[in-house]
Amino acid sequence: MTETLATLSNNTLYSATVVYALAMLAHVAEWAMAHRLPADVSPAGRGQRSALVPSGASSASVGGEAPPAVAPAPVASEEEVERSDRYGRIGLALTVLGLLLHAVGVVSRGTAAERVPWGSMYEFSITGSLAVAVAYVFLVRRYRIRWLGLLVTGFLLAVLGIALLVLYRPVAPLVPALHSYWLAIHVSAAAIAGGAFTVGALASVLYLLRDRLEAKAAAQPALPRRGFLWRTPAALDIDRVAYRVHAFAFPLWTFAVLAGAIWAEYAWGRYWGWDPKEVWALITWVVYAAYLHARATAGWQGRAAAYVALLGYATFIFNFVGINLFGSGLHAYSGL
Amino acid sequence: MALRPSSDTTTERDDPALDTDVRPEGHASQAAPDASAWSGRGGAAPALKPVEFSRWIWRQLTSMRTALILLLLLAIAAIPGSIVPQERVDPSAVFLFKDDHPRLAPLFERIGMFDVYSSIWFSAIYLLLMVSLLGCIVPRLRVYARAVRRLPPKAPRNLSRLTAYDTWTTDEPVDVAAERARSLLRSARCRVRVLDEAPGGDVVVSAEKGYLREAGNLLFHCAVVAVLVGVAVTGLLGFKGSASVIAGQGFSNTVIQYDEFTPGASFDEATLAPFTFTVKDFDVRWEREGAGRGTPLTFDADLSVTDEPGATPYDYNLRVNYPLKVDGTSVFLVGHGYAPRVTVRDGRGNVAFSGPVVFLPQDGSFVSYGVVKAPDASPTQLGFEGYFFPTASLCDGQPCSTFPDADNPVLSLLAYRGDLGVDSGEPRSVYVLDKEDLQQFTTPGGNPRALLLRVGDKAMLDGGAGSITFDGYDRWVRLQISKAPGKVVPLVGVLAAIVGLLGSLFVRPRRTWVRVRSTGGRTVVEVAALDRVSGGDPVAHVADLASALRPPVAASGADRPAQQEDHR
Repeated sequence: MTETLATLSNNTLYSATVVYALAMLAHVAEWAMAHRLPADVSPAGRGQRSALVPSGASSASVGGEAPPAVAPAPVASEEEVERSDRYGRIGLALTVLGLLLHAVGVVSRGTAAERVPWGSMYEFSITGSLAVAVAYVFLVRRYRIRWLGLLVTGFLLAVLGIALLVLYRPVAPLVPALHSYWLAIHVSAAAIAGGAFTVGALASVLYLLRDRLEAKAAAQPALPRRGFLWRTPAALDIDRVAYRVHAFAFPLWTFAVLAGAIWAEYAWGRYWGWDPKEVWALITWVVYAAYLHARATAGWQGRAAAYVALLGYATFIFNFVGINLFGSGLHAYSGL
Repeated sequence: MALRPSSDTTTERDDPALDTDVRPEGHASQAAPDASAWSGRGGAAPALKPVEFSRWIWRQLTSMRTALILLLLLAIAAIPGSIVPQERVDPSAVFLFKDDHPRLAPLFERIGMFDVYSSIWFSAIYLLLMVSLLGCIVPRLRVYARAVRRLPPKAPRNLSRLTAYDTWTTDEPVDVAAERARSLLRSARCRVRVLDEAPGGDVVVSAEKGYLREAGNLLFHCAVVAVLVGVAVTGLLGFKGSASVIAGQGFSNTVIQYDEFTPGASFDEATLAPFTFTVKDFDVRWEREGAGRGTPLTFDADLSVTDEPGATPYDYNLRVNYPLKVDGTSVFLVGHGYAPRVTVRDGRGNVAFSGPVVFLPQDGSFVSYGVVKAPDASPTQLGFEGYFFPTASLCDGQPCSTFPDADNPVLSLLAYRGDLGVDSGEPRSVYVLDKEDLQQFTTPGGNPRALLLRVGDKAMLDGGAGSITFDGYDRWVRLQISKAPGKVVPLVGVLAAIVGLLGSLFVRPRRTWVRVRSTGGRTVVEVAALDRVSGGDPVAHVADLASALRPPVAASGADRPAQQEDHR
């Protein structure tokens, strides 16, 4: 039984990786097809913007210096728009399919091991990336962030690929320190927060790209506004999505650290011991706190705040990868 | 979205009517006046009279920009402690590091690199951060205390300038329409005030909600301070220690029984709880098959505990994640290892040492290092150091252990004679053999002579110096014993911080105005709303409100308040 489930897990995860790869290709096609499409300046956009920018005031800020007046944008043919859009929809559909396979893979891995599948770096990776996929699909429904599809599917493909090819370990029992229901609480909170941090970071990356584009266009009004990036929401709106995702993740991360501290109190006899993993969890917390403050500080809004968010994400990833692989300390559960 | 109070927002809050028809983003660009106070006007600092100067310093310190930089500095300052081994986390790693980096070590020592989190520079950053935090919270608390008692602000003169705006004409009398608006907004949990702008003329219903955002913001920051203080106090009043106890032996809670004992600055050793316990048995099992071979599955110790002298002993099964608690002191099982039992006979045939000796596991295979000292041996003292291999084997020609359980225990020792240095009165670690005055037993070729012993084996030392017998092995447990009174304070603090955080991130303050006036026998109703932070949808809110307030065309008004649910 265990064997069967473990095999099922491996097969579904390999399939999920392939499906994510196809989803990424579809999004590549979406970008490529949009290569010659002009900026999307209609107030409602393709229905993406309206969800984000409800009021007329915010639309006025879209694009900053009233783009329609500058270069009379050639109107894209319905057909061309539809072609790019179709690939975007295919990408999303494939992502959802990949997500389902991915979820089956993670659940069957846990069932095979008769525990939560959070005992090694491989298992953390497949669970963490599942959280990213779930967060993305949820946010597509909520905020229509399909414009993030290429970055997200690329990320999922990379993480699952590395997990399966490099980090893979067969099902193994947990070490005694992990025999606790706090494992479920602590790791699930950290994983969900991590999924949201990832989507937030990717949105911040896209924000920086779009913002640079807008700045360039403002400097050179004659520049043609074509390509996929011009068809995403305005930088300001992307930034707002990034902020909301981070604002969701930050309290959850606080809770994950707290749950870790309570567990550490039971397992190791102290709630905080400056173990490298603890230190980096704190660093991540502090940097994201700085991000939230930066957004409200003159001179730090916009790009600078986005860089702080990316810095926060870098510390998060370092904690996951660097400390697990090279660090010592009590959190050495990588199984590598 | 101001997570942190800043002095500029306070001015904004002081005069709520001021900003009503300006930035729809609420307090988006703060701290600008702060910055201009010193960098503007050609960069000339204000005349530096002591009082003004200190006020200027204070303003700088409590500005959001400074707090931001301090936060980032704190993050950077925390990094070295995760790379350089720390005295409080792993003293033996510090010892090794100093050995490996003789040139770097003194410098590191001087700048507190081995104890980063109590170093001057780390403390300086977080203390400054704390001052900055308090400097923001305290004035902000005062402002908030005033703000929560204040009534919703008057309406801007020209409501139609707001983005979220709607107007219509009705035949309802002014006071009826105003009353319906009031009760609607009231039931949407707004604070409401009704104002007659001119006698017999316009009636304005002002409503405000979202006071909890600022409350959450303040709660979060106060809670962070409480956590920091709580952690510090807990550390002062408590203690932390560790002890290794061999299975079959006992432990009584006195300082001398600890291997390591770190009391907090205000901890009184006389208050140690007078409990004792015996480790009756220790059981450990490893995975023997498959991919996880060698992974520990379970380990647990059977204790017989006596809470205080004269009390009835009781049994306790001590496991990881299940600490023993006696009178506020907690005993945790954090590790285990092997204690080979040896008997050392001296040159005269007398037993100079006999019993189990704690060996320290070096890695997951439980190859363990230890030292046996026989100071009572004569004519010369004898000492041994070496490794215990639980499942001895040869890996690439070197002895190694292929499994952590004791399937094939072998003891490999080097023997020494001479002066162990234990009589000098200086404290010596039981895990270190001071070889300064010791002479190694060697083979005729001059190489160190390794004694390889299986259980029951006896090795004779050259020159009739004596012998050593490997009698068997015991297991020992490593216990962490600690007391952290008041640790509930940081716990509650973090929980409060999370609650505050949720409030400060997700509550959206919103002001709504309904102006009702009568013109030419009819009644004109205007509705407008303004969000003080971005992310909400005041236009939809006004639309909902309008559809609820507009006089019913056909249906009765009975179901109208239900639509208010959508307001958030």
